Amino acid sequence: MPEIASATRQRRSGLALRIVSVGYLGVLVVLPLIVVLWRTAQQGIATFAQTVTSPEAVHAFQLTAVVAGSAVVINSIFGVAMALLLARYRFAGKRWLNVLIDLPVSVSPIVVGLALVLVFGWRTGWFGPSLRDVGLKIIFATPGMVLATCFVSLPLVLREVLPVLEEAGLDQDQAAQSLGANTAQRLWRITLPTIGWALAYGVVISIARSIGEFGAVRVVSGNIGGKTQTVTLLVDQHAEQFEPGAYQLSVVLIALAALCIIAISYVRPRGD
Amino acid sequence: MSRILDPAVRGRRLGAGSRVGLGLAVGWLSLLVLLPLAAVALKATGQGWSSFWVALSSHEAFSAIRLTVLCSIGVSAVNAVMGTIVAWVLVRDDFAGRRTLEVVIDIPFALPTIVAGLVLLSLYGPHGPLGINWYATRPGIVVALLFVTLPFVVRTVEPVLLALDVDVEDAAASLGADRFTTFRRIVLPAIAPAIISGAALAFGRAMGEYGSVVLISGQIQDKTEIASLYIYRQIQDDDLAGAAATATILLVISLIVISLLGAIQGRTARRA
Repeated sequence: MPEIASATRQRRSGLALRIVSVGYLGVLVVLPLIVVLWRTAQQGIATFAQTVTSPEAVHAFQLTAVVAGSAVVINSIFGVAMALLLARYRFAGKRWLNVLIDLPVSVSPIVVGLALVLVFGWRTGWFGPSLRDVGLKIIFATPGMVLATCFVSLPLVLREVLPVLEEAGLDQDQAAQSLGANTAQRLWRITLPTIGWALAYGVVISIARSIGEFGAVRVVSGNIGGKTQTVTLLVDQHAEQFEPGAYQLSVVLIALAALCIIAISYVRPRGD
Repeated sequence: MSRILDPAVRGRRLGAGSRVGLGLAVGWLSLLVLLPLAAVALKATGQGWSSFWVALSSHEAFSAIRLTVLCSIGVSAVNAVMGTIVAWVLVRDDFAGRRTLEVVIDIPFALPTIVAGLVLLSLYGPHGPLGINWYATRPGIVVALLFVTLPFVVRTVEPVLLALDVDVEDAAASLGADRFTTFRRIVLPAIAPAIISGAALAFGRAMGEYGSVVLISGQIQDKTEIASLYIYRQIQDDDLAGAAATATILLVISLIVISLLGAIQGRTARRA
């Protein structure tokens, strides 16, 4: 595909447009990143190591791993299951469901947090007080942060997997079924190999989105240092309080984002 | 058309297992997304419409929403122009750094929003190397919104440009049309629907954006407090009903503008 494209490309774009594009992306994305990397380097490797290994940073990284990891696993299971249902079955309300699933991406993260507090808040939420009575704390605790992260990245896996399933159709699956394969065998031997790369792509973008979630988690977590503070919340605290460390933690997050981008470019051509 | 009529594509009836699966998936979607969003709408209108209007006619709410809408419109417009230019250069131009440019487009999606804000603050903040200080100003907000919305128009226009038949442009050129005329009469009508849908996505994202704006805006009431910042402050002040009211109006404006753009997109697509 890129070969055909470059054959027709033939310098059709003027030099001026190239300069405008490179300049725009330079001042908007590249230059600011360089400044942060340079400032971090200036403050030295010792400061970097010290910040990243401080107890509050280690705790924040662990919490981010738990929250993002749980959300990615939940969304992957939900995404594949829902995609299978939408692609292979017919039922009432299917079209509505298809529209509703995209709703979370167009809601402000702050509103997501507010919505979860209104339902699960331990004082005045709809279910909060009764959940508290059975000893389950959602808001200002890890479960609420997982819910918030699930909410904001809900459709990412599904939207990658669904078109592949629709394209593949039911023939192979029905053939396997007629040959006596059970549901688990068909899922493992037919469905998963079919959606493999699309699923991988969806999982990578979900990981990036989940690690980076800030607004929704800020509202539901209560942002308690050393308890419910993820890495992005800690970066914000350092920056707002003018404490050192925001740049160093950001560099780690930039490195994680870079890893995700590399993984995406590795997965994407196969997915298409 | 034949795909829709094909019973294999339309899907089979639900069996016992898939019925349970659908129940679980819809239950999860309801608990995570639908109930919480319904709670926001109910909270906003719960004490009657009058308190809803009181919350909205407050000077602070009005100025925050107006600022958000104006910034989002500006950001969508800049994206429509710059995104199209960048997409054009990526598809039609051929130079050494093109692949790098392609990767740069993915950065805003992969980078945590709070890091994006910090990164921009390091260049456009009080200690930036360029001597520009947009901290706590509206240009600062706009830069942050431009950063996080960068990929939308580029990624929607790119595939359409790639699929465009270059022969038609050659024919126009051979008939004496200059480059600009060819672009305006041949290329633009074909990519206009994609530009509009990309701009609509950017608008929706800008309306709800929080993480990238929180640091650079300085959160000054009446000046740089966009709607999501205002809602967050209302939540912190324990004014959940007020927060819900602001959130509801934000959501309604987003939906109106996005469906308006959807209608315009439909008309341009038919004309093309």
